[in-house]
Amino acid sequence: MIEVENLTRFYGPVRAVNNVNFQVNKGEIVGFLGPNGAGKSTTMRIITGYLPASAGTARIAGYDVFYDSLEVRRRIGYMPETVPLYPEMTVQAYLNFMADLRQLENRTEAVGEAMEATGITPRARMTISQLSKGYRQRVGLAQAILHKPEVLILDEPTIGLDPRQVTEVRSLVQEIGREQTIILSSHILSEVSQTCNRMLIINNGEIVASGTPDELTARVQDENRVLVNIAGAEHPEVRELLTRIDGVLSVDFVDGGTYHVSCAQGRDSRSEMARAIVDRGWELLELRTMSMSLEEIFLSLTEGRTLTELTEGAPGESSLEEYAEEGEDA
Amino acid sequence: MRNIGVIAKRELYAYFGSPLAYIVMALFLGVQGFLFQLFLVYASQGMYGIEMGDILGSGWFYFFLILYTSIITMRLLAEEQRSGTLEIVLTAPVRDWELVVGKYLASLGLFVLTTIISLVQVAILAWVGEPGPGITFSAYFGYLLVGAALLAIGTFASTLTSNQPAAAIVSIGIGVVMWLIQFASPMLRDTFWGEVVQRVALFSHYEDFARGLVSTPHIVYYISLVAAGLFLATQALQARRWR
Repeated sequence: MIEVENLTRFYGPVRAVNNVNFQVNKGEIVGFLGPNGAGKSTTMRIITGYLPASAGTARIAGYDVFYDSLEVRRRIGYMPETVPLYPEMTVQAYLNFMADLRQLENRTEAVGEAMEATGITPRARMTISQLSKGYRQRVGLAQAILHKPEVLILDEPTIGLDPRQVTEVRSLVQEIGREQTIILSSHILSEVSQTCNRMLIINNGEIVASGTPDELTARVQDENRVLVNIAGAEHPEVRELLTRIDGVLSVDFVDGGTYHVSCAQGRDSRSEMARAIVDRGWELLELRTMSMSLEEIFLSLTEGRTLTELTEGAPGESSLEEYAEEGEDA
Repeated sequence: MRNIGVIAKRELYAYFGSPLAYIVMALFLGVQGFLFQLFLVYASQGMYGIEMGDILGSGWFYFFLILYTSIITMRLLAEEQRSGTLEIVLTAPVRDWELVVGKYLASLGLFVLTTIISLVQVAILAWVGEPGPGITFSAYFGYLLVGAALLAIGTFASTLTSNQPAAAIVSIGIGVVMWLIQFASPMLRDTFWGEVVQRVALFSHYEDFARGLVSTPHIVYYISLVAAGLFLATQALQARRWR
């Protein structure tokens, strides 16, 4: 449904999107995840045809977003990040206007359905400037789903909403996603992992990882970590005992009686640890594997990238400085 | 093509949905009425010799026409760019030129409406004086053409920036320069450039209309300005793609 190849976009000298490749199949809900300024919005704007790419191509339903822009625009619904609306219009008038722009035959029906789906029917006669942030968000969403587009592109659909509204928007997205292809962006990880079939993690304009939440967890986690809580034991003794167990790589003391134990990948040493602790006469209060949270995965993926970027960038900068110094000498 | 009507309709909704349009229109009509009354009182030839062409073709009327057209066009695209609504409109299947023309037609509608209201002046003049129907018609016909050209310039200025006052200043600047270059032509008398300046100047083409002459070259001049303004506005809008 959506094919993006080698997409690159410069803003002046700044490379906002760098050689991005991905595909989205029909009916998939894909989440763009990344810190603010990672290039999520820019990528979305290019896919909608609002911004041109500096290099590379994007196609929606086989139509190039640049050369067949109108065909692409007929097939997409788009909600920009700031949800820009006309404040002086009523909800009804605004949606009528958008339906007219999209040349919908059955305008009344389409507008009614979209308002019903987003729960704004009771606000239909209110002016947009009087609406709360949450309702404006819904009007933006209603506008995007008005024509039942094949592809729905939502830029930060839940930003600035209260937790209940977030849940509502999320279930609405899942509802719509049963028939339509959806791309949504967020910098909140739990949101993407709950709503989407697949996540694309974007950082510094590049896709650093993609896959289902489980795949990403497996990818990053290269060791098993076990949490052990023991009462009535001295730290050095515990460390000595546990490191002697086969497969244990290191033991970190956290606080109280809690230790984090790293084990080699693919090795479960929990039963051996438990036996050893109990045999020594200590009280074993807790022993469980610690799975890496998605937050940690996200951080390790994005920070890892930032570090390599920094190290790559450093020589270039210093050589520039050297060049400047040479210039002064001459 | 249908989109032009949709865009124009929404733009008129925006004009009349906010108090600004009423205030600006009332101010403009008030100033025009005041100037009109000064003409009647201080007319050197007496009220019986005054034609609408003399009044509409005066410097004061030119100046306030430039001001008014600039103010009613300044928000057309500048506001869409500032608030970001342009992003939604232009990701709907709407061509750039359809958006420009739709917006322009809405401002033209507002201007025509203002002019119709200002026809009260003709009634007053007919009451106190003896305006010729031919001259009155050609004077207003030309006046609408000048207005249409200025509105196109204003629409273009509005695409250049997301700041409404800046758009108005650019538009007033272009209007005033195109008006005042006319006064440079005596200095360049009988030279090639004197001729050029005379042809390019905004209001030198109005003088015939004010005297009751409707001639094709002048109509073509104003229509060309409209086309040029809207063409440039479309280009400026498309230029966002290359920034």
